[in-house]
Amino acid sequence: MCATCGCGSDGKTTYQLIDKNENLEQTHGHHHPHEHSHKHEHGDKHDHPHTEKKIIVVEQDILHQNNLLAQRNRGFFDAKNILALNLVSSPGSGKTSLLESTLNDLKGELEFVVIEGDQQTNNDADRIAATGIKVTQINTGKGCHLDAHMVLHAIQSLKPKDNSVLFIENVGNLVCPAMFDLGEKERIVIISVTEGDDKPLKYPDMFYTSTLCIINKIDLLPYVPFDIEKVKANAKKVNHKLEIIELSCTTGQGLDIWYKWLKSKVLLPDLVY
Amino acid sequence: MHELSIVMGIIKIAEDYARVANALVIDEIELDIGTMSGIDMQSMEFAWTQATKGTKLSATIKKVNSIMAKAKCIDCETEFEIKNYYDACPVCGQHLIAIIQGKELKVKSLLVS
Repeated sequence: MCATCGCGSDGKTTYQLIDKNENLEQTHGHHHPHEHSHKHEHGDKHDHPHTEKKIIVVEQDILHQNNLLAQRNRGFFDAKNILALNLVSSPGSGKTSLLESTLNDLKGELEFVVIEGDQQTNNDADRIAATGIKVTQINTGKGCHLDAHMVLHAIQSLKPKDNSVLFIENVGNLVCPAMFDLGEKERIVIISVTEGDDKPLKYPDMFYTSTLCIINKIDLLPYVPFDIEKVKANAKKVNHKLEIIELSCTTGQGLDIWYKWLKSKVLLPDLVY
Repeated sequence: MHELSIVMGIIKIAEDYARVANALVIDEIELDIGTMSGIDMQSMEFAWTQATKGTKLSATIKKVNSIMAKAKCIDCETEFEIKNYYDACPVCGQHLIAIIQGKELKVKSLLVS
């Protein structure tokens, strides 16, 4: 049983820390029914049908529970000065490749930890672990997105250090993860040039809720009918505040701009004299 | 299919409130769902039918208030209804808009007995 929230271990979501020194596998249920066994009955035997109807005013956001947990995560990150970034995209746009390049190039300068989200397999976590960075793989089973509760459990095994950068690679899906705040500081949407340049219009929620858009695989531009100016215009139509960086993880072109952006977001803690 | 997660959230909220009120039956549930909340109503209906089975909401009448999305142009301050994020201001043609209504996603009330 989970010590934080009391959730059982019969759920489908699994968490595996990929670390050379320690290897913990935890399974957590996803529902917090917090039920109590006593019944709300009174001993009186008189007959009275409970038929009177009454209106209960609820006025509660359906995502309230997730948003509360997301804010808890955010408070933890703020207190430890951790930069949490949520990477979202369709499957195959290059999220894991971008992380591999970034971790290999910057691991001497910044402290990193990674959460990998997939329905099945440890494949992505194994690729991250090969760079020497601590990673926890979340397998959502049938789930189509990560939520704040899953991230909370993943952090418990990762134990990120103060002033580190936490990359959360969401499940490859350009629809569902848009609705679920994980407690991240910035949401980064990745699109590759082998996809359609109308994607921001077709899947606007993800582009609307992101702060940075990375256009990946630009080395393939000569071979595909992808209008990069059009995709940028479409993305800006959906979200006029969206920043855009073009790069290729294969050739390394544009990675310097991404690294500059990343470093600009890493805040140094206020020094204590 | 995040609508399933949304329906699970609705069931939890409704059952929690019904339990506190000692209600035996939830007759009706009223939801506010904005047209730009990210919910596909067909998927929601499908998820609703499957997920409410065996819960206090299995026979509950669901009333959905669909709230039309509105935006305000940051340039000329015109308020207008929008269907898509990429809709332009009908007065000045700019895309510098802020959504002011239509992201609602909440359980408004329950009718219980």
